[in-house]
Amino acid sequence: MAEPDNKHHRDTLFDVEEMELAFGPQHPSTHGVLRLNLKVDGERIVDCYPIIGYLHRGTEKLFELHPFFQNVPHTDRMDYVAAATSNQAYVGAVEKLTGITVPPRASYIRTMLCELQRISSHLLWLATHAIDIGAMTPFFYCFREREEVLDLFEEYCGARLTLNCMRPGGLPFDLPVGWTDRCAAFVDKFPSKVEEYEGLLTNNRIWKKRTVGIGVMSKEQALQYGITGPMLRASGVGFDLRKAAPYEAYAELEFDVPVFHNGDTYDRYLVRMEEMRQSARIVRQCLDKLPEGAVMAKKPRVLKAAKEAEAYYAIESPKGEIGFYIVGNGTPNPDRCRVRPPSLYNLQIVPEMAQDHLLADLVAIVGTTDIVLGEVDR
Amino acid sequence: MTGMFDSVRETVGPALFDYALSPLVKILVLIFMGVLPLISYLVLAERKILGFMQVRLGPNRVGPWGVLQPIADIAKLLVKEDIIPSTAIRWAYILAPCLVVAPAFVIFAVIPFGPSAAQTGGALDFFITDVNVALLFVVAMATVGVYGIILGGWASNSKFSLLGGLRAAAQMISYEVPQGFSLVIPLLMAGTMSMQGIVQAQFEQGRWFIFQGWGLGLVAFFIYFVAGVAESNRNPFDLPEAESELVAGFHTEYTGMRFALFFLGEYANMIVISAVAVTLFLGGWHAPFATTEWLSFLRLGFLPAGLAGVIWFSIKLSAFLFVYIWFRGTFPRYRFDQLMDLGWKWMIPLVLLTVFGTGLWKILQ
Repeated sequence: MAEPDNKHHRDTLFDVEEMELAFGPQHPSTHGVLRLNLKVDGERIVDCYPIIGYLHRGTEKLFELHPFFQNVPHTDRMDYVAAATSNQAYVGAVEKLTGITVPPRASYIRTMLCELQRISSHLLWLATHAIDIGAMTPFFYCFREREEVLDLFEEYCGARLTLNCMRPGGLPFDLPVGWTDRCAAFVDKFPSKVEEYEGLLTNNRIWKKRTVGIGVMSKEQALQYGITGPMLRASGVGFDLRKAAPYEAYAELEFDVPVFHNGDTYDRYLVRMEEMRQSARIVRQCLDKLPEGAVMAKKPRVLKAAKEAEAYYAIESPKGEIGFYIVGNGTPNPDRCRVRPPSLYNLQIVPEMAQDHLLADLVAIVGTTDIVLGEVDR
Repeated sequence: MTGMFDSVRETVGPALFDYALSPLVKILVLIFMGVLPLISYLVLAERKILGFMQVRLGPNRVGPWGVLQPIADIAKLLVKEDIIPSTAIRWAYILAPCLVVAPAFVIFAVIPFGPSAAQTGGALDFFITDVNVALLFVVAMATVGVYGIILGGWASNSKFSLLGGLRAAAQMISYEVPQGFSLVIPLLMAGTMSMQGIVQAQFEQGRWFIFQGWGLGLVAFFIYFVAGVAESNRNPFDLPEAESELVAGFHTEYTGMRFALFFLGEYANMIVISAVAVTLFLGGWHAPFATTEWLSFLRLGFLPAGLAGVIWFSIKLSAFLFVYIWFRGTFPRYRFDQLMDLGWKWMIPLVLLTVFGTGLWKILQ
């Protein structure tokens, strides 16, 4: 580990030295097992050095050891709060590699699952972000609604967190009876619940004091670091793969991509709040337009990718662009599978954002990047 | 009742009774039947009220409606392992929790929960003592409590604890000053420092001090209460222990009963600050509209005078404690430099102006 040389001298009567502080991996607000080696001058952060890898499980190597369809559960465990979007990115890549076309009903259901997942992921983010900044109550409100989303998932595929809800070529099951009605009931009332969270936070003076101007990331910085997702859109770049390169049913749906320009923690909060509303809108449209038909494409019993065949397929996960790059070798297993996890890219800018902020802001900054360490470390 | 007091007084001698036995019994009754149960049930009430605000149930397993939860908590804390880190500064580590709890309890000595013996014509004062510098005593004791937190943070020899202790020090400097000044306003209005005297002054002027003097009382009350929240380390000023930033702040290393003492101190402080606010600004133990004839039923005349006073005091106190809990359910946490900004740039100038205004009001009266 190369410690950056950061001698910090000030003109004072006394000898001053910075304190080294190991912030995590066992700390209540590092969202898993992130470790930040800090140098602090009082509470001011002089240097911040993230150390990752505490949750490394060799997922990319595991992909090579299993046939294509057995790899879906591995993707659940990367971004474990947004399994559906990881599933979608992986099966999309496999379909692109093997040239399978998904039936329209499956496309619509996948879109719905992804958007419900976006809602649940953003709810979890808001819950923990608010509790990091000291507001306790939004946590419980968010979990109340997240519970309903998870119930919908459970009804569909039996799992609440590690969904394993997609297969290369389509979906394992059609929707259960009555699912669409319950889903419609949820997305119809959900925007009023977002109002509730916003009522507690958006115009709260303390919330604004803690978030406005904290962890500012300029448009240029965001582009340089390869930031994607809500973080990028809060810095004034309206890039969203759902619009830029529509996959599944997104081309046929109407929705807005919220863009804010200040690039601070508050704007990132606003972007995600608006995205939750838009997600509810997308799910509503999917329910209205849901086509009939099969949910699984006709495909060979054992999927094999041609030797040297390669495909990169990326989608917009709740955190940003999640992409799978898969190379085939003529067997049912992939030769190589590389993941582009948005959390890893978004995490890289944390030290720069935290520079010269206070310790309390660091917590807000880590929270606002919305990282999941399972995805960072894989 | 009175007869019993008198006969005991005769047996032990009036001097011994008045100066030793009576205060001692009152202290024991107040601490063990008043403050300690109040604190344990305040914790339960907080968890229940927060549960209600946060769409969940709160404790409901131990006894009906969770009423035995505080007892279970205390039993658990008592049997927990008591750890003193090997690198801690031992004497300071042990002293710190005591320094937090003791002053908070001592302040109860000067708070009038009800009328004096002379007012009711009975034998019992509903306070332990009525000193003529009670207000100074309150300020002095409240300040000592913060040293416990600073000491605890320093003695633990842990970086997170140290940061918590530092924050407590910064917070103390910023908040003791406006709080001290805000107490000057009721003092000016009443013309006495005795707590009982201030309560009586509000009764005689026919107006609680929160509504007295061109609304200046309201400003003073507001500043006192905000500073009080900061003083007792409660949301939105719970910086020294800010669990999402400093793990548990100054008490990170404390376990078992020592941790419980910090906890006890925090809640005792909440009660003390509320009790002082009730006494100074909300008419103390007097019923509201105590001088309005057609609302005289509020005085609860059918009860013994002392009891009615205690009941009104408790109602006002509970309202304050509820607000504390409500804050916790609503607000995010301030950052410690923002809190100091608030203290130095807003509250101190405002409170100085208010003191000046109150002086003017006093002269013009």
